[in-house]
Amino acid sequence: MVAALLLCASSFAKEVSTSDEPKKDLKTEIKEYVQHHLKDSHDFSLYSYTNEQHEHVYVGFPLPVILWDDGLKVFSSSKFHHGEELAEVDGTYYKLYHSKIYKTDAEGTINYDESHHPVNEKPIDFSITKSVVMIFITCLLMFFLFRGLAKSYAKNGGIPSGAGRFFEPIILYIRDDIARPNIGEEKYKKYMPYLLSIFFFIWFLNIFGLTPLGVNVTGNIAITFALALLTFLFTNFTGTKDYWKHIFDPLGDTLPWYGKLLLYPILIPIEVLGIFIKPFSLLIRLYANMQAGHIVLMSLIGLMFIFKSWLGSSLSFGLAFAISLIEVLVALLQAYIFTMLSALYFGFASESHAHAEEHEGEIQHL
Amino acid sequence: MEKLIEEFSFGLFFWQTLLFGLLLFLLWKFAWKPILSAVNEREDGIKDALAAAEDAKKEMQNVTADSEKLLKEARAEREALMKDARDMKNKIIEDAKEAANVEADKMIKQAQATIESEKKAAVADIKSQVANLSVDIAEKVIKEQLSNKDKQLKLVDEMLGDIKLN
Repeated sequence: MVAALLLCASSFAKEVSTSDEPKKDLKTEIKEYVQHHLKDSHDFSLYSYTNEQHEHVYVGFPLPVILWDDGLKVFSSSKFHHGEELAEVDGTYYKLYHSKIYKTDAEGTINYDESHHPVNEKPIDFSITKSVVMIFITCLLMFFLFRGLAKSYAKNGGIPSGAGRFFEPIILYIRDDIARPNIGEEKYKKYMPYLLSIFFFIWFLNIFGLTPLGVNVTGNIAITFALALLTFLFTNFTGTKDYWKHIFDPLGDTLPWYGKLLLYPILIPIEVLGIFIKPFSLLIRLYANMQAGHIVLMSLIGLMFIFKSWLGSSLSFGLAFAISLIEVLVALLQAYIFTMLSALYFGFASESHAHAEEHEGEIQHL
Repeated sequence: MEKLIEEFSFGLFFWQTLLFGLLLFLLWKFAWKPILSAVNEREDGIKDALAAAEDAKKEMQNVTADSEKLLKEARAEREALMKDARDMKNKIIEDAKEAANVEADKMIKQAQATIESEKKAAVADIKSQVANLSVDIAEKVIKEQLSNKDKQLKLVDEMLGDIKLN
């Protein structure tokens, strides 16, 4: 993968597209730009501009496209020329249309159904997209950062040095204020690596999303789905007997069997549904928050160009600045919430009977 | 919902799961485990150190109490010794005084006795000397008075007159 990245970086270049599509008005252009930004992309574009000849110039580097379509097909995304050209690999033609790759004929025709959805065949796309690159960078960063912190303990006699001084209190916070109270003293250790990893992973990616690179990774449903799926799997695979009893026999001994016969047909489906709704709420919450933040921020920045007056532009600049500060907070907050709720679900999953009583109230209002 | 499903990219999901799984494993193995154990070790160390400090404080208090007790005992002992010494001093002085008095009395008595006997001797001596002297004088006077006949006769007369007087 590193080799592939290096290969791509070497072909880092300005690309000029010579499309002669009609000039759109500014509003639609901004709208499309925001829409485009929110999506994953097959090349790592840093910025683009339109030159005097009305040509779009993209500055960035292409990324490898990996398709599974009757065999593995790997080629550089520069072949697509940002969706303006067809990529021809081994006699089949592929077209990049709204950030998705479709199989087309030699002319690149895309057929639509009645609700304007493309009906062309889609190969399975394992491309190293912009998001994958950012995930990879975040993974590397996290690994070296925390490996360094771990090593600094040995070197420095149990006291962190450097950036670890900043991160250690956060790790301790997650342990003492998220894991311990929610999961319980005996079992929290098992979940700590996951909670720490997920917190820093989401936080770093959220922050990366706010940098001028603006990669909207955590605002992508596939990412949040993958994260929530892990929480779901961890919750249910570490579930104790009491956890399952709670789901299939929620009232326990408080109700005689004939009462249960009446209530349980309603209660058990609700409890079972709850197993899925909990992680689902996680994935939607993170996705929607990050997506919304990016839309608001990008729209406010777009407003600057629409107003084109010193008052309106500076006002929307001020607003965009304020919102981006809030977004920095939201970046941390969402990471915290995801971790906190994961810890809470793990707490349910690992509860032993004595523990179940204190959580009773919490389950009701969740 | 339809938009969400449409947006879902299986490739991205695949890479995310793979990379995050790898990250989770590597961090667990190489970062979180050593970090958490180091932190735990440090916390245990702090706890132990605090407990040790508490123990040391208690020990210290015990020692202080002991030394205070010792000091008190020593002070009491010193007081007692001082009192004894004072008593002894007073007794010695008293005894000495008494002894001195007795001695002095004795000496005075001896002196008085000596003086008395000396005085008696002196008086006796004086008496004898006076007797001798008076005898001598009387001899001389008698010798002179009796040197001629007239005077002898006169003396006899006087004496006779005296006797008469007596």
